[in-house]
Formats: sequence, structure tokens, C-alpha cells
Amino acid sequence: MSDDIRALTTRLAEEPNSLAFLELGEALRRRGQLDSAYKVARGGLSRYPALADAHDLMARILGDQGDLAGAFDAWAEALRFDPMRIGALKGIAFLYFRAGDVPAALEHLRRAADIDPDDISIAQAIERVRGAEAPSPSAESASSPEAEVPVTVLSSAAPAGRAAPASANGHGENGVLLVDGKGLRLNGSLRGPNNEDVGDRVAAELAGVSKEASRTTKLLGLGGWSAIAVEAPDGNLFLVAPTPDTLLLTVRESSLPMARLGLIAERAAKDARDWLGRQK
Amino acid sequence: MNAADAALERVTRVPGVRGSLLISGTDGLVVAERLMDGIDGRAIAALAANLVRRLDRATSRAGMRAPTFVHLHGNSGSVLAAPGREDLVLVALVGVDANLGLARVEMLDAVGHLA
Repeated sequence: MSDDIRALTTRLAEEPNSLAFLELGEALRRRGQLDSAYKVARGGLSRYPALADAHDLMARILGDQGDLAGAFDAWAEALRFDPMRIGALKGIAFLYFRAGDVPAALEHLRRAADIDPDDISIAQAIERVRGAEAPSPSAESASSPEAEVPVTVLSSAAPAGRAAPASANGHGENGVLLVDGKGLRLNGSLRGPNNEDVGDRVAAELAGVSKEASRTTKLLGLGGWSAIAVEAPDGNLFLVAPTPDTLLLTVRESSLPMARLGLIAERAAKDARDWLGRQK
Repeated sequence: MNAADAALERVTRVPGVRGSLLISGTDGLVVAERLMDGIDGRAIAALAANLVRRLDRATSRAGMRAPTFVHLHGNSGSVLAAPGREDLVLVALVGVDANLGLARVEMLDAVGHLA
């Protein structure tokens, strides 16, 4: 055990209600002692459940452990308690980037840049995300969008050509489709198994889906509908209505948890509303 | 208890589930049902079958295989549907307080055990 970890452990033992767990957890994480770091962070969180630093620490540890969904949730919690927490914004940005949602990644990075305009690493990350449609592993380890992103998160990034969670049927980076009430594509793209554009054909079917969903919830006394989540062997789909007259389809590979896809879809819906507003 | 009833029993035991049905996906007819009083099984069957067919067509247009699970989020509850073999679809009507994760797991497992 190194001196710093020993000292921090002693301090935490003497003052269990202190914030020493933050330093100790981070020191353990940096040394790769992830199980110990996790226990320390969990103990700290049990005492300080509303402390953004504690959730931020937990996110970094979970990221190092490869639990990206857990890291996402922990950073989201950190932001809930501290909306200006740059580390959490950058962490979530990177996870969105990895999930293929470049607009959401950029939005989080821009929020971080607004908070600290002098942070050069954020500007570099924005440039990189803008231009990185197919990041290579070497590029990722050389200049990640977020300097504090856990090492294992970076090293497990997608190989070249798969910046987005490219699925067997070739959706990948595309996979967001905005459709009007008549089944016509407004924006976005969707690729089929042979990389052919299937956006218009799918858009035509979605108008009927929206009407059917409205009819179903209304007649069953469920009020209006807010979303449709569809699991299929080749991918997961998430449908939301950004406005009463439009429908947004987000498609990602089936390994992405549906709850995460829902978050991505909500973010895409917000972007769609902004985009629609600019068209008027 | 036959397989259909066993499947419905599993699903309706999940907290927050108001009822479940086994329906024919093609024509929306009720094969078996277990519903709370006042819930019209025929309406649910017809509506759920239509929705699943629409989504089936949409995924087909995208070059994807048919859906294995559908969750229609309503403002005061949800409709869940798990298409199975031989045109059967297991459907559940759930309240906003339902354990959706458990309902999903039970439905997928139950529909997998149907012929």
C-alpha cells in the first residue's frame, strides 16, 4: 500500500464522516484497485447521497470497470445535483459519442465549454467529435474527447469504422429519422442491411404507427402516448413525438439497453424540436 | 392449467399488471385472457394486434426481423406485447406503477414456453 493511500485510509478510519473518501477512492482508481475504489465510493455515497463529487467519482470507477451504463447513470446523478459539473458533462458526452449520438455528445461538450470557456481540452474535444465519424483506437487513446474519461473506457472504444454502435444491419451512425404526420421524411437517415437507404419506406409506415398508438391509448383509457419501445433481434427502436405533428424514430443496436436508448431518443427529440423551430 | 393459462397467470402476478391476454396476431382475436373487471379484452386484442402488425411492417421495411417485444407508453399506463410463435401474441395492460422490468421478463419467458 502506498503512503498516500495508507494516509487517506487512516484519515477515513479516524473521520468516517469526512470527505476523505473522495481522495481515497480516486487514488485507488488511479492505481487500478477498482474493487476497493468502488467500496470506498459506495460507502461515501451512502453518507453523502446528494454530493455530486461522490457520483462523479463513482462514474469514473464504473467506467473503468466497463460498466458504461452505470457510469452514465452516475454522471447523470452528478449533474442532477450540480448541473455545472464539467467532468460529468464531458463524461456523458463521451458516452453519447460512443453510442453514436454525436449531436448529444456535442451538446454536452458545448454546455461544458459555456461553463469554462478557457478549458482548451473541451474545445479540442468538440473539434474531434465534429470531425470523427470513424474514430480509430489510436486516435481515441491519443486525444479523447474527455481527458478524465476512464482509461478502460477509451481502450474499449469501437474499432475503426464503427464510431457508432454499428449493428449487423448497418444502422450505425445514421439511425435517426424525423417523419411528418403524413409519413414523409423530414430529416435523418436510415440504412438497411445492404446499406441501402430505407428511410422513406420506413417513414411511410410510421405515420400509421403513430395513429394506431394514439387510437390504442385513447380507447384503453391510457391518455395520450408518449413513446413506443420496440425490441427486435437486429436492433432496438424508440419512437417519440417531438411535436404533435411529427414522429422521431431512433434505431440502435440491440445490445444498447432500452432505457439508454430512451435517453438518446429524448435528446434527439429535443434537437428535432430545435431544428423544426429553426425551419419556421 | 394449460400453457396459455399458465402464461397469463405468470404475467398477471406481476405488480401493477391489470390483465393479460393471448391473442392471434393476424386477426386480433382473443385466445385466452385474464383481466380485471371492466376491461374489454376484445378491444385490447384488436388494438394491440394492429399496433404490432404496423411495427412489424416498419421493421420489415428497415430490413430488420420482426419485433420480439413492444412497449407502448401511455400517460396513465402501458400496453406491452410479446409476439411469439404461431402468430400468438402475449399482451399485458399495466398501470403506471407496474414493475415493467419484471413484466417484460415474465412475458418474454412465458411466450417462449408457448407452442
